[in-house]
Amino acid sequence: MHIALEIAVSAFLVIAGVFGLVGSFGLIKLRDTMQRLHAPTKATTLGVGGVLIASMVYHWADGGQITFHELLITLFLFLTAPVSANFIAKAYLAQNVAEKDLPEPLTEHGWAIYNDPPLIEEAKEALDEGRA
Amino acid sequence: MLLKRIFPHPLVSLALVIVWLMLVNKVTLGNLILGTVIGIIVPVLTAPYWPNRPKIRRPLKVIEYGLVVLWDIVVANVVVASIILFKRNENIRSRWVCVPLDLTSPEAITVLAGTITMTPGTVSAVLAADGSNILVHCLHTDDPEGTRDEIKHRYERRLKEIFP
Repeated sequence: MHIALEIAVSAFLVIAGVFGLVGSFGLIKLRDTMQRLHAPTKATTLGVGGVLIASMVYHWADGGQITFHELLITLFLFLTAPVSANFIAKAYLAQNVAEKDLPEPLTEHGWAIYNDPPLIEEAKEALDEGRA
Repeated sequence: MLLKRIFPHPLVSLALVIVWLMLVNKVTLGNLILGTVIGIIVPVLTAPYWPNRPKIRRPLKVIEYGLVVLWDIVVANVVVASIILFKRNENIRSRWVCVPLDLTSPEAITVLAGTITMTPGTVSAVLAADGSNILVHCLHTDDPEGTRDEIKHRYERRLKEIFP
């Protein structure tokens, strides 16, 4: 393998390691759950991404073949990271944060974890009226 | 319509075939047939949970949006890493920001929420019950209005062009 490619692969691995470490460190250092969510959703993306780029470059330079698995891992990571972060945020809010501690939305319906969507609300009201 | 029943989501079918071929990492006739079978069966099985078909108006804008987000993810990593490393905990001012949405399609709002989470210093937390607002948590900001306007201008404006 050419020396320049070896340097590039090593550089990507080092960058990945640094960001992975910083992401994990942030998980310990930051104070509450919402702040802690920022560390693994962001700093770690480049951590994993760096390893994947290094792997692609290495396999391309070593055997001359391009593998797509790394691209797929990146794609799945970008799809799953925000969804799991959103689940954690919602579970945390529902368990630990009162509605009055959050800023008011610009609508009378309130936030989804405390209030039903308008259609279900209407249906419930109609049901109550029917009973009464 | 029969064609619509076989292909409830043509783009998902196409994506599944491509992902399958990338997974096996070899384009042969057998893999292509197997991928096509998966690409037909999976959307049919999941169609009851996803009844409406989102329209994508400007496919080229999708590529532009992808590149913008990819760049922002790299920036986000550096920004968040430097906040973690160089800011003392007392100086990190986290805030809630409420962003009113102009987007109405569920798919567009999902993409926007995911984008907000992956980009600098913000995590999307929860939607308003009628889907008209999104609550965003900022790791560190002195200018909540600026953050809100940037989300609206940088991401939502582009998504509005993609999803009618």
